[in-house]
Amino acid sequence: MSETNYLTTDYTLRSWFLTTDHKRIAILYFASLIFFFFIGGAAATVIRIELATPQGDLVSSDTYNRLFTMHGIIMVWFFLIPSIPNTLGNFIVPLMIGARDLAFPRLNLMSWYIFMLGGCTTLFAIFAGGIDTGWTFYTPFSTLYSNSYVILAAAGVFIAGFSSILTGLNFIVSIHRLRAPGLTWYRLPLFLWSLYATSVILVLATPVLAITLLLIATERFFGVGIFDPRIGGDPLLFQHLFWFYSHPAVYIMILPGMGVINELISCFSRKEVFGYKFVAWASLAIAAVGFLVWGHHMFVSGQSLVASLVFSFMSFIVAVPSAIKVFNWTATLHKGLLRFDAPMLYALGFIGLFTIGGLTGLFLACLAYDVHATDTYFVVAHFHYIMVGGMVTAYFGGLHYWWPKITGRLYSEHWARAAAVLIFFGFNLTFFPQFILGAEGMPRRYHIYPPEFQVWNVLSSGGAAILALAYLMPLFYLGYSAFFGPRAPANPWDAPGLEWQTSSPPPEHNFATQPVVTRKPYQYNRNFQAEPQNA
Amino acid sequence: MPERAAFAPQYASVPHRDNTAELGMWVFIATEVLLFGGLILAYFVYRHAFLQGFAEGSRHTDIVIGTTNTAVLLTSSFLVAWAVEVFSPDTARLSAWLLTGAACLGLFFIVLKGIEYSKEYDEHLVPGVDFQFAGPLANGVQLFFIFYFVATAIHALHMLIGICLLTTLAAICRKAPTARHHTALHSAALYWHFVDVVWIFLFALIYLPGRSSS
Amino acid sequence: MWRQWIPFWQPGLSPQSGDVDLLFAGLLIASAVVLGLLFFLLTLFCVRYRSGNQTDREHRVAKSWHWEVGWTAASLVGFLGLFVWGASVYFEMYKTPADELDVFVVAKQWMWKTQHPGGQAEINALHVPVKRPVRLVMASQDVIHSFFIPALRLKHDVVPGRYQDLEIEVDRPGQYHLFCAEYCGTDHSGMIGEIVAMEPADFSNWLAQQAPSSPLAAEGGALFRELGCSGCHGNGSKVRAPPLEGVYGRPVPLSDGSTVIADDKYIRDSILLPRSQIVASYEPLMPSFEGKVSEDQLLRLVMYIKSLAGRSS
Repeated sequence: MSETNYLTTDYTLRSWFLTTDHKRIAILYFASLIFFFFIGGAAATVIRIELATPQGDLVSSDTYNRLFTMHGIIMVWFFLIPSIPNTLGNFIVPLMIGARDLAFPRLNLMSWYIFMLGGCTTLFAIFAGGIDTGWTFYTPFSTLYSNSYVILAAAGVFIAGFSSILTGLNFIVSIHRLRAPGLTWYRLPLFLWSLYATSVILVLATPVLAITLLLIATERFFGVGIFDPRIGGDPLLFQHLFWFYSHPAVYIMILPGMGVINELISCFSRKEVFGYKFVAWASLAIAAVGFLVWGHHMFVSGQSLVASLVFSFMSFIVAVPSAIKVFNWTATLHKGLLRFDAPMLYALGFIGLFTIGGLTGLFLACLAYDVHATDTYFVVAHFHYIMVGGMVTAYFGGLHYWWPKITGRLYSEHWARAAAVLIFFGFNLTFFPQFILGAEGMPRRYHIYPPEFQVWNVLSSGGAAILALAYLMPLFYLGYSAFFGPRAPANPWDAPGLEWQTSSPPPEHNFATQPVVTRKPYQYNRNFQAEPQNA
Repeated sequence: MPERAAFAPQYASVPHRDNTAELGMWVFIATEVLLFGGLILAYFVYRHAFLQGFAEGSRHTDIVIGTTNTAVLLTSSFLVAWAVEVFSPDTARLSAWLLTGAACLGLFFIVLKGIEYSKEYDEHLVPGVDFQFAGPLANGVQLFFIFYFVATAIHALHMLIGICLLTTLAAICRKAPTARHHTALHSAALYWHFVDVVWIFLFALIYLPGRSSS
Repeated sequence: MWRQWIPFWQPGLSPQSGDVDLLFAGLLIASAVVLGLLFFLLTLFCVRYRSGNQTDREHRVAKSWHWEVGWTAASLVGFLGLFVWGASVYFEMYKTPADELDVFVVAKQWMWKTQHPGGQAEINALHVPVKRPVRLVMASQDVIHSFFIPALRLKHDVVPGRYQDLEIEVDRPGQYHLFCAEYCGTDHSGMIGEIVAMEPADFSNWLAQQAPSSPLAAEGGALFRELGCSGCHGNGSKVRAPPLEGVYGRPVPLSDGSTVIADDKYIRDSILLPRSQIVASYEPLMPSFEGKVSEDQLLRLVMYIKSLAGRSS
């Protein structure tokens, strides 16, 4: 490369840690997230080794309880929620809308520092002795009975919440105000519709988590009984407040993945996404209806029958837009020209695994069956199918797809496909047996269990070993590619999006001149060649 | 070294930058609505369960200070609105004075709040710090005061941030105001007005239950 | 029963668990059909339309109202059908129990204590007779627990500060797992018990063979005197307190004009929060016993007061 790009403008540490370039901030997040992923993954490894035997022989009960809490907190707040939005989103959103940066670049940098402050606070809580309440912090255990670092861990999550809010704010404002000329809403790539919906949730739901965590910290610190039944407080109020955030939060943890899949399916079918408007509005519908289903986590808690009926009904409704998307993606493949590069393998894996996760969500939305399945491994399997089988798979797919754009290098397709297949296989072996465990009644958060559950646990742990290996593979071949891979052209996949109409890697300010958009996204001509959005 | 541009490269013009910043502030205010909204929801749940306790607790709040504080905040918002209205690089000194006035009123609010807190401490109405309340309504009164302290403390924190914003802008207005500061002023004013609106809700929920004429 | 005419229906261990299993089977079949269709189409398209395969790719369609409305409507109808099915079985499971055999369950970190009305107490176990509804009255001593019997496909959280009713009925003798299904601290995994269902004759024998102990109501009577309740509520007291003979299960007029039925919860609240509901025409004089009496003791007092129901004041 003869010209400078955003990576080569300046090599000093200061230029990285005080950058306001959205692309460098994306890389800062990417590095942090790899770190947190491995910490959360280490906890999972110990958990799965322990669960291979019915006795509690590897770790004590207190340690085990801290491990699954740590796994949940780190993976949810310090890996999954920021994953696609803060890495791929930060990098790609301005490019996709034809802008030179996000609306508020300094806020973007501050967002990363706040995230790191929150992460360090939580890590400090963990290494000081840990927290054993589960990532759900249920009262009165967390407020009155736990002898662990609840306030510190809650503080870490509280701080990280500000990072989420600022990211969402930046995306909403940027998508509204910084679109290139000619880029109308219906010409936006669907990745942006998904990120927009995600950002709405980030901005509206996270403050409720903030106030909830503040209330439990206040209760613990000042010894006041907000959720204490002995002075008339209601432990169920905590659950309502907590899930009012945490259910929309799980849509934060899938919508961006769905957004990525649109890009992958269309590029590797050489075809526009089927039913663009339906998919776009389905994203917004998921965000909106997702605020109305939180009580499905509380069917057996003692909430009223009417409440349970309403929440069950709404939970079935929220499944409809997701179903629409799956059908639309499948229809996109019809009469396409399909290529099975690694991103496409991830996209296809996503469709399968997300569908299984989503269908099992119907089991849980169903009142009578949820009574049996809630708080068992059935739920654990369900959400891992969606969060890991869905979101993490999509993340890897997007990472491989945009790798040439981000790094200016090509990765080894041979190794990437092998990893994708191994991830798919290892994932299913790890989590499918957990559906069986749950249906047979094994409760969650148990490390000592009756021996008849062992066979499925052993299969699951075996799968986890394979999955761990599979997740390590990209570290090596992507790492190698970043430094030694062949140089990538501007548009290695021949895709029509705006991000591909600038060099790989992009220059510091993204475009030499601002593109003017003349076309809908995902347009390919009769010979399956891309028709760029700004031609 | 090129001159510092009037606007960052992702913007097309100054008005573009300005109305983007304003949208940003509105989105931020939406998040704050949800923050206080969650707290107020919890309040309503407990008020429904402890109707008499909340009414009794409310009767132990100092409505004189509460009303005075409301008047103080409304006046300060008026001054801020006036400051935004008259702002231009030429009349900036007037804006600076108005902003300073509003910030001082904000500080006065905090002082009054502090006096009110210490009175409540003397009356053993601070949950967690030697709370004592005789009678069957003690649980409801305690929950009321937990809400009272949490809500007003969070509100006071927002006030302090707002006071810092107003003071900083007042200083800029006195020294070297440019047209670009109009947007900053406008956004800060939006924030200040929002904090004021939150107070109006809190005033109604804290000082008025149990004090109706019946 | 009429249910035996439904294909695939197997009677479960309780009157409703067969219905839950049928629902599960239905969900499984529906999911398998959808997934099967999806995998079939994905595989078909991946094979037929792979790059390098010459096939007809003309007349590509990018949108279709017919397909969209079609599969949206189909999803909606299918999902709503599942909702109605699940809700109807749910109603059956959680219907308000009739007053049959009562058993009291206290959940505490980290054990289940169950108590039969005759005073027989068990730890981490519950003996019940088969084919008879048993009404569990559950309370938690500390944090939220959850009473889960996988064999019956039934669970309910036990939340501190309230009583939770749950009706169970086991139709076949045997031993079944009892788990705590809500994380409750260090030994959450250890809060495992067993439900032992026995033929009625065996159950009576078992009850008789338990270590002699007084019935819960009698122990409650003793507590009633020890804690000083009879000082105001007994005969010859100088303090005017509402009489408790015959109060259980009957309506009680309150000072604010409303009426409440004196059930278990009312009795418990009257002991812990006596001034939250004052009986009409009485002074709010009763002291609170919050912190002075445990859930075990509260259950015995409730049983005692219930035993006074036969007498009139």
